[in-house]
Amino acid sequence: MQRIRAMIIKELLATVRDPRARLTLILPPLLQLVVFALATTLEVKNFDVGVLDTSGGAASVAFEERLSGSRNVGRVVRLHSADELRAAIDLQTVLAAVVIDQRFDRDVAAARPARIGVVLDGRRSNAAQIVAGYLGAIAASVGAELRPDTAPQAGPASVLRNWFNPNLEYVWFTLPSLIVIICSVSALSVTAQSVARERELGTFEQLLVSPLRTHEILIGKMVPPMLSGLFNGTLYLVAAATVYGVPFTGSLLLFYTSLVVYLLSLIGVGMLVSTLSRTQQQAFLGAFLVTVPATLLSGYAGPVDNMPAWLQTISLADPCRHYLVIVLGLFLKAMPAREVWLNTYPMVIIAAVTLSAAFWLFKAKKE
Amino acid sequence: MTDAASVSDVSKRFAKSPQAALDHVSLTVRPGEITGLVGPDGAGKTTLIRILTGLLHPDSGTVAVLGAAPGARSVDIGYMPQRFGLYEDLSVQQNLSLYAELRGLNRAERAAAFAHLLEFTDLKRFQTRLAGDLSGGMKQKLGLACALVKTPRLLLLDEPSVGVDPVSRRELWAMVQGLLGSGIAVLWATAYLDEAERCARVFLLSEGKIVFAGPPAELAKSCEGRIIRLTGFAGSRRDLLVRALDQPEVADGTIQGDAVRLLLRKAGVPPDFAKIGAGTALRSEPAEARFEDGFIDLLGGGPPGTSALAQDYAKVPAQTGPAILAAHLTKRFGSFTAADDINLDIRRGEIMGLLGPNGAGKSTTFKMMCGLLTPSSGTSAVGGHSFAGGAAAVRARLGYMAQKFSLYGDLSVAQNLAFFAGIYGIRRDRQQARIDALVHIFALERYLADNAATLPLGYKQRLALACAVIHEPPVLFLDEATSGVDPINRREFWCHIMGLVARGVTVLVTTHFMDEAEYCDRIALIYRARQIATGTPDELKRLASGDADMTMEDAFIALIAKADAAREAKAA
Amino acid sequence: MNLRRIVALIEKEGVQILRDPSTLLIAFVLPLILLFLFGYGVSLDTGHTRIGLVLESSSAPALGLAQSFENSAWFDVQLARSVAELRPELVAGRIRGIVVIPLDFGETEARAVRASPIEIIVDGSQPNTASFVAAYAEGVRAAWAQPRPPAVTLDARFTFNPELRSRFFLVPGAIAIVMTMIGTLLTALVIAREWERGTIEALFATPVTMGEFLISKLVPYFLLALGSMAMCTVLAVTVFGVPLRGSAWALLAIAATFLTSALGQGLFISAAVKNQFVASQIALLTAFLPAMLLSGFIFEIGSMPRALQYLTRIVPARYLIPSLQTVFVAGDIWRLFLPNMLALLGFGAVFAALTLRVTRKSLD
Repeated sequence: MQRIRAMIIKELLATVRDPRARLTLILPPLLQLVVFALATTLEVKNFDVGVLDTSGGAASVAFEERLSGSRNVGRVVRLHSADELRAAIDLQTVLAAVVIDQRFDRDVAAARPARIGVVLDGRRSNAAQIVAGYLGAIAASVGAELRPDTAPQAGPASVLRNWFNPNLEYVWFTLPSLIVIICSVSALSVTAQSVARERELGTFEQLLVSPLRTHEILIGKMVPPMLSGLFNGTLYLVAAATVYGVPFTGSLLLFYTSLVVYLLSLIGVGMLVSTLSRTQQQAFLGAFLVTVPATLLSGYAGPVDNMPAWLQTISLADPCRHYLVIVLGLFLKAMPAREVWLNTYPMVIIAAVTLSAAFWLFKAKKE
Repeated sequence: MTDAASVSDVSKRFAKSPQAALDHVSLTVRPGEITGLVGPDGAGKTTLIRILTGLLHPDSGTVAVLGAAPGARSVDIGYMPQRFGLYEDLSVQQNLSLYAELRGLNRAERAAAFAHLLEFTDLKRFQTRLAGDLSGGMKQKLGLACALVKTPRLLLLDEPSVGVDPVSRRELWAMVQGLLGSGIAVLWATAYLDEAERCARVFLLSEGKIVFAGPPAELAKSCEGRIIRLTGFAGSRRDLLVRALDQPEVADGTIQGDAVRLLLRKAGVPPDFAKIGAGTALRSEPAEARFEDGFIDLLGGGPPGTSALAQDYAKVPAQTGPAILAAHLTKRFGSFTAADDINLDIRRGEIMGLLGPNGAGKSTTFKMMCGLLTPSSGTSAVGGHSFAGGAAAVRARLGYMAQKFSLYGDLSVAQNLAFFAGIYGIRRDRQQARIDALVHIFALERYLADNAATLPLGYKQRLALACAVIHEPPVLFLDEATSGVDPINRREFWCHIMGLVARGVTVLVTTHFMDEAEYCDRIALIYRARQIATGTPDELKRLASGDADMTMEDAFIALIAKADAAREAKAA
Repeated sequence: MNLRRIVALIEKEGVQILRDPSTLLIAFVLPLILLFLFGYGVSLDTGHTRIGLVLESSSAPALGLAQSFENSAWFDVQLARSVAELRPELVAGRIRGIVVIPLDFGETEARAVRASPIEIIVDGSQPNTASFVAAYAEGVRAAWAQPRPPAVTLDARFTFNPELRSRFFLVPGAIAIVMTMIGTLLTALVIAREWERGTIEALFATPVTMGEFLISKLVPYFLLALGSMAMCTVLAVTVFGVPLRGSAWALLAIAATFLTSALGQGLFISAAVKNQFVASQIALLTAFLPAMLLSGFIFEIGSMPRALQYLTRIVPARYLIPSLQTVFVAGDIWRLFLPNMLALLGFGAVFAALTLRVTRKSLD
């Protein structure tokens, strides 16, 4: 016990006193808290729209008024010819360009179904698709206004309810997800450095000739990433609730229990990278090569459901994927213990496998 | 004859340090001779050489290199930095080609120059090998070859022989000596005083100042008549040396075979021999003064003999079996045998030296003996316990100190000590007392809160020793623990070791300093993975040539040569 | 400038690149992983989304609507009797939405009195998916209802990418990330490595000038990055089916101008910090992350807070991504390329000036 205690104190001091480790410990979380939280939104706001109006009639004016009044639309750029429209799309001056010709006003006046053309920039297909949705809604409501007879006779035909996030605030998704990302970045990089650093600095042999046993060394090395992960988790939990107003509806106990398991699985992976690396440089690259796929396959960048089936199977080995479900569940959905456990036990397996592999490799690679 | 380089009244101060690295230094380097640059660690040797290359700029004073400003004539300068400056991921041939191109070697001359250099450095066989895979001695030769690829007019060598075995060191010296005929000027910085002794002129730097300049014999002369050689004394030579060093009349002392050699503060005023328990049969005769004597004398003499560390060290109880045992130790890496049937039986209170050229299997043997490597066959044991089972308990009984500074550089001195106290299981209530005692013994008080990495080299070494003995182990493993350390710090280190041995501690040591080998009770010489000779220093000397008066270095080289001759005879 | 020395140094660098596994890892393995992930893993194209369907009514119209949902290509439908039954599924994330067809649905249709609305419940914890589910569910209902044609409809035409494959913008974006990594991270590492290993000391004591040294670092990594980009381009076109509608020359010109900036940044970092580990961290924070997040690659710059929008202007990748996406899926639009290339050359010049300011052939 005394040896483990000395080992833990040393590891903590080494992590806090090493200016390089401080760099990896402090900068990324702070940067993410500000930049990630605000920048990583898949919403499309403030987009610029071009209008090529060769009609100029009352109906088209009504549409354009509604368009410029929409809160999602940034600038409305007036276009005067097909060439101008083409250039505006090509040069990405606008994301979408609306084409209204004379037939439009004539059709509206004659109570015929009228059509508005819109050209969207397919280079940014995701944004374009969302914008097409916005514009379609504007068109429909303008239509209903211009010709009340075509409106649904009474009441809406469908009612939309956004459960767990009534206004579909993107930041309610981003901030809980960031706990997953920041923990994986910090735990993996801190753990990956741990053994590799000793190897490179030549202190490793000094440890090996001491009476420390393998598990004592490894436990000592697990504490700093665990503490930094718990710290980051708490920091984001508090920041999410107070600064960004994200509700936390689940149980704190479940949150921390699953966080510990999540961190253990990350530490296991990081420890494997570390025991396989001879230099800090290799450890850094190794951690990077693991972190990028782990975060991209977590469901944060794109839903897991959209991946091909075989890749979904592979992503089961990614602890981030499981913890993302738990975190979103505990923040927004008051996820019950049973569901939390169903997403926790895969992480338990990952942790058990990676930690024992790291332990075994550490013993085998001592020489 | 004009000077190849001249430095006059140069000062240099680094931003972070309170002291000047160089303080009004003047020096000249002449063509056709080797100029030595010596001094304790941190004296400013490297700074001075870097100023000559143009890599650093002096704060004041003037520097002329080959008649121009430093850096202007870089085509004609060969420079070998401390770490040789080789690209380890390039082959021998590629390193040479790179420097040939960079220094603008005529393409027509290239083939001849390469052939000559490869011949000269004996690297022909290894042309395609990566520089990183060469042994220390071969790296050193390749570094020199790169510096010489286009015959320079000024050759600057910054401690080229640190961590290199005596055979390679001697070869390097001969190679450089051979160049002098063509009028090359050489500046050679070194911590080896025997090398300095052979230079035409020597500049001795201390704390940034030149404290001596002139032929080495001149410095030796200052100690003439103050050297005595003691033989025929009662008791062990180490005990006598320790007691002698405690006397105010004695400035310095070393062991030479069965004799103890002392440098007196005043000529003709020896210590009271009765007081140091020398016995009645003692013979004291004058001996020749050497450069080293002058060096130590100029720097105020060596440390006293009695080690404060040893005084309250737990006495190791007598035991019957060997303290450290190696039985038929063999290590194979694939088809390569790194150590072949090594047998050592080290008694309690004995210092065993493990010597051998770089890459001969000395490190492999050492690592198997302290449990860092598992032998392919054979066993090693400490205190009668093998590393095979319950290794942690065995490891708790040994102390370990490695050549590379292997403490935690980002942890403070106090934190390092606390860590080692903790992992060696010193009881919590006793930890602080033990740490305080060590801090006092090694005079670490003013550095307690500093990061270990920022300590001066001498203090780093003290801290490393303090951490290695914090749990008062009965067995110490020292792996080139004094590599690159200056003579005064090395003397202090050995006083502690001698003190501990007197308390019954057993020591296994590897070193490239042959004067340190003299402190050993017995020496095992490892060459080409085999244990080619084992015995007391004098036995080895006699084995080498029948003459116990030769230096340990000569004996070492002769024994290696003998082994080579025997192998060749067998092959023929 | 001495050509012979430059050639010798470039040769040396080439040998080192070929011998160093980490260089090859970043230049050729990492691109494969990134392309693969963005090609397959990160898809924003909603395919079959699992939803629950609560059918309270068993009237013919209700069953008809339910059938429409089941037949829809967008949804995998799980039937249930009540919302309460499906709620845990939604909490667990096994379904992404619930459509409720109310008890009086059929009757009201038949009687043509007040139409009782169907209810669409979505999982707001994933807002992007939620929006898509809501839009498609409403689409299914609208198509089923076949009301009188609305007064105004929108004819949307997506240029360049009519099938709206997100791969078309993700794969060129991934190539931009790859070039950022090679240009900035690798260059930052290689000079720091010379400092760390002490080889720079021996080098600087030879007649090599600072300019020669820097050029010898730029040329090999410039070529390496172009090689890696070429590999990615071939894979993008052959494996991932992304078109290359512009010319190879335009692609080369865009890549080359970006590399002046990326390599300049790498050189500046390593000249300033001289330590491999710190250099790699800084390269990650100042090059990789901005290229990923603040370049408009995945996240629309227009949707970011104003302050961040300004910040994106000093992210070189921001000027690369539109050109790359254009040259791949749109074609050669030089009026778009040129201003962006000019901006990148500007970055290159600024980094070059900064690097020359901080590096001297000296250890002081």
